[in-house]
Amino acid sequence: MRTDLTLLLILVALLSGCANLGVKPWERGQFAREDMQLEADELDMAIEDHIYFSKEGASGGRTLAGGGCGCN
Amino acid sequence: MASLLMASSLFLGVGAAVTSNNALAGERAAETRDNAVEQEEQASDPLSGATIDAALVYYQEQDRVTAAEGIINYRQALDDANIIRGKIALDALTGASANGAVIQANPQSFTRPSGTGVYQARAGELPLDDTFKDTRLQLSVNWQHLFSAKWQASLGGYLSREYDYTSLGVNAGLEHSFNQSNTQVFAGAAYYFDIVNPVGGRPVGMSEMVFRKDFASEAEFRQAFDATRFYDSALKRTLDLNLGITQTLNRCWQAQLSYGLSAVNGYLNDAYKVVSRVDSRGQALGYHYEQRPDERLKHNLYLMTKGALESGTLTFSYRYSNDDWSLQAHTFDARYRYNLSGAAYWQWQFRVYLQDAAEFYHLYLTEGEPLPEFASADHRLGKMQTYTIGVKYGQRLEQGMLASVRLAYYQQRPQNPGVELPGELTSFDQFPRLDAIVLQFGMRF
Repeated sequence: MRTDLTLLLILVALLSGCANLGVKPWERGQFAREDMQLEADELDMAIEDHIYFSKEGASGGRTLAGGGCGCN
Repeated sequence: MASLLMASSLFLGVGAAVTSNNALAGERAAETRDNAVEQEEQASDPLSGATIDAALVYYQEQDRVTAAEGIINYRQALDDANIIRGKIALDALTGASANGAVIQANPQSFTRPSGTGVYQARAGELPLDDTFKDTRLQLSVNWQHLFSAKWQASLGGYLSREYDYTSLGVNAGLEHSFNQSNTQVFAGAAYYFDIVNPVGGRPVGMSEMVFRKDFASEAEFRQAFDATRFYDSALKRTLDLNLGITQTLNRCWQAQLSYGLSAVNGYLNDAYKVVSRVDSRGQALGYHYEQRPDERLKHNLYLMTKGALESGTLTFSYRYSNDDWSLQAHTFDARYRYNLSGAAYWQWQFRVYLQDAAEFYHLYLTEGEPLPEFASADHRLGKMQTYTIGVKYGQRLEQGMLASVRLAYYQQRPQNPGVELPGELTSFDQFPRLDAIVLQFGMRF
């Protein structure tokens, strides 16, 4: 019961936060940082994806998955 | 492969840059002047506006596969509205790969995929096909067009060629930015057409491996071997769809949620994998080439959040994967980047992957029972956990170059999905661990 109440409070807090999601254009300074770009580690991730694609049963998800090699 | 297909992800970075450019009219005027200077410079220097990422990767599994790969990524902004990207990768693989057979108390022999000669597994050791060798060339190009600050699209093409496999692909993506650039929605599609030509032909699914020693002459053996083979090329087609949304949460955090659907059909077997047929004492009496369904429908749900810290960044992601082979997986990934100064950084990574077995995964087949329609002992379709721990160091050099070195340790722990082990199979660890290291040198110009 106590857990349910805690979950409910967290959910309400999250939902009320959703109403204020986003920032004004002049508040985007952090997102212009090079290390904050979503593609900052793109080459690393592509290399990792290729290794995991050949060693594990599930693949894709982060970007468009696909065929591409005979390794799996 | 992946880098070409990241229309959606690539858009995001550009989207953020566009947004920050629109902050104030004064800034815009200054930027227009800067752009004019930049364009003049571009006119005189064709490499201006170009970014080149190069990497050398060395992958080494303990006692198994070794791979070396060289990659060059080229990105060129043609003007304010058009960006082209090209990628070339060349990799070479060599070593030994588990063929799917169970570990036995006695040495085992297997006919090579070509039908010529045998390879052997020592008593008590995991059977490995030591003829694993391949070279792969991959080329891709991508064109990204910004219609406005709110709309952009991309188109791409892909080619990958290795000795026994060719893949051709096209992809397209569209992204819309709104809500003062706090929200981006994106959609993408890719189609692949693959041609499979395994060494020694494709084994007939569930057919039994034949051995030269059981035949009086080479001709008789060859006839029997040919009966287990298809010698024509097989095709595999893949259609991928991806839908997603990226949302700025506050001044420091953004999140992305995407759903990916992948429909694959055609030849989905691994031509080099077998399943042992064992008796009640656990002794292998024969080996059958694996057979998987010729269709697979995969779903992926991906959630990622990235935040700016004063000294670096934090990134968390979770992926849930499910498909109609009943293969389910959960993937957690965390990265922490710590900027030492404006010129150097460390980045730590930790990843956990948990996978349940596909419904047709069989460690072995039982003597006397009818052969199933589908069976594979490929541990990649079995139950497993994998862990990656990585660290990267990046250092900015003169003239804006960035050098990096990355070291990662990858451990794969296959597990028994609940299969009973008869007789001598219990004497050995039928699900041995796999350890690998990845060493990567990178340079950005």
